[in-house]
Amino acid sequence: MAEQPTTTERFIQGILPENPVYRQLLGLCPTLAVTANLQSALTMAGAVCFVMFCANVVISLIRNLLKPHLRIVVFTLTIATFVTIADRFLAAYLYGMSKMLGPYIPLIIVNCIIICRCEVCASKQSPITAAGDALGQSIGFGIALFSIAFVRELLGTGTLFGFQVMPETWPGWGIMVLPPGAFLTFGILLAGVNRITMYQDARKKHRGL
Amino acid sequence: MHSNFIDQVKKSNLGQAWLVLLLTIFFGGSLAGVQIKLGPVIEQNKINETLEKVPELIMGKALAEKMAAQQQLTDIRPMRVAVDYEGRQIVYSAYETRYQGKMLGWVVKTAGRGYADTIELLLGLDPTISRITGLYILDQKETPGLGNKILEEKWRNQFIGKSVNNPVLVVKTGAKGEGEINAISGATISSSSVTQIINTATSQLRPVLAADTGPAQIKNDREKTSGPEINSDKE
Repeated sequence: MAEQPTTTERFIQGILPENPVYRQLLGLCPTLAVTANLQSALTMAGAVCFVMFCANVVISLIRNLLKPHLRIVVFTLTIATFVTIADRFLAAYLYGMSKMLGPYIPLIIVNCIIICRCEVCASKQSPITAAGDALGQSIGFGIALFSIAFVRELLGTGTLFGFQVMPETWPGWGIMVLPPGAFLTFGILLAGVNRITMYQDARKKHRGL
Repeated sequence: MHSNFIDQVKKSNLGQAWLVLLLTIFFGGSLAGVQIKLGPVIEQNKINETLEKVPELIMGKALAEKMAAQQQLTDIRPMRVAVDYEGRQIVYSAYETRYQGKMLGWVVKTAGRGYADTIELLLGLDPTISRITGLYILDQKETPGLGNKILEEKWRNQFIGKSVNNPVLVVKTGAKGEGEINAISGATISSSSVTQIINTATSQLRPVLAADTGPAQIKNDREKTSGPEINSDKE
C-alpha cells in the first residue's frame, strides 16, 4: 500500500493544492447558491467546517470496525447527524441566517466534499490526521466561498458584509447577485487559478531541467 | 463446532450491521437531546417572527408600516383554538388582532405536507373568515429555484382578497376566476400544497372563529402557542 500523507501534508493540501472547490470541483451546488453575499457564504463555510470536522473524527475513531460494503451507510448516518445539529443550532441562535440559507444547510448531508474526505482520509488514517485533513479542506472551502462571495457582493450590491464600500453612484450589477453571476464569477476565478497553476508547473519543469 | 457458530454469527445480518444499528441508536439519542435543548428556542424565534408579521398580514404591508411609523400599535392576543374535525381534535395557534378594541382580523398558524417537507405558514383572515388578507411562509424546505418560489411576495400576494367560502383552486396559467391562483411553473405540487393547507385550515376554522362562540372552545393561552397539533389515535 502506498504511503499515506502525514497530518501536515493533509492540512496543507486541502487549503490550495487540493482545494475542494478550485482543484477538485466538488461541492459546487452550495458554492454557487449561497455566495450572493459574504455573510451567508461564511455561515455556510462554518457549518461545513463543523460537520466535516466532527464526521471525519468520528469516522476515523471507528475506522477499524467499518465493513467495506456498509461504510457509505455509516458515513451518511454520521454526516446527517452533525448536519441536523448544525441546522438546529442555526435555527435557534442565528434565525435570520437560517431562514436565508433555507434548505442549503440540510443539503450539506449530500455535500460530496465531506463524504469524499471520509472515504479518502478518515476511514484510513488516525483521528489527528483526519482532524487536520478536515480543517485544511474546510479552510480551502471557506477561501473558495469567500473569494466568490467577495466579487459577487462587491459588484452586485456595492457592499461588503452589508457595509457600503463602493461609491454611492455604483449602479450595482444585478446579474452578479442572481444565479448567472455565480457561474460567471466562478468560471473567471477558476480560469485564474488554473492559469497560476499552469505557470507554477511550467516553472517547476524548467527548474527540473 | 464452536468456531463454526462464531462464523455464522459473523455472517448473519446482525453480525454485519451491528455498528450501523448501534450508531443509529446513539445518534438518535443525541439528536433527541439537541432537540430538547434547542426546540423551545427555535419555537420562540418563530413566535417572535409571527408577532412581527401579524399586522401586515391583516392590514397589508403599506398600512401596517404606516401605522408602525406612527406608533399606532395593534393589540395581538395569541390563543389556542381547538377544532373538532371528523372525530379528531385539532389545535391551531391563532392571533386575534384588534386596534383600539375594534376587531381587525385573525392570523392563523397552520402547517401541512409540501413537496419536500412540512410547510408552515401564517394566514391572515378577516374577522368573519370570509376573505384572505395575507399569506406568509414561516418554514419550508421546497426545491431551491422552483418550489421555494412560494416565498416570493408576488406569488403570495395572489391570495390576498380571495374568498374562502369556496376552496381556492390552483390553475397552471391564466387564473381569472374568483378563487383561482396561478401555479408556479415547475412547482405545481408546492403550489397546490400551499393552497391545500389554506383550504383545510379555513374550512376547519370558519365555524369556530367566525361565530366566535366564546370561551368554551377558544382557550386564551399566552404562554404556549404552537400548533397545529393533532391529538388523535387515528393518525
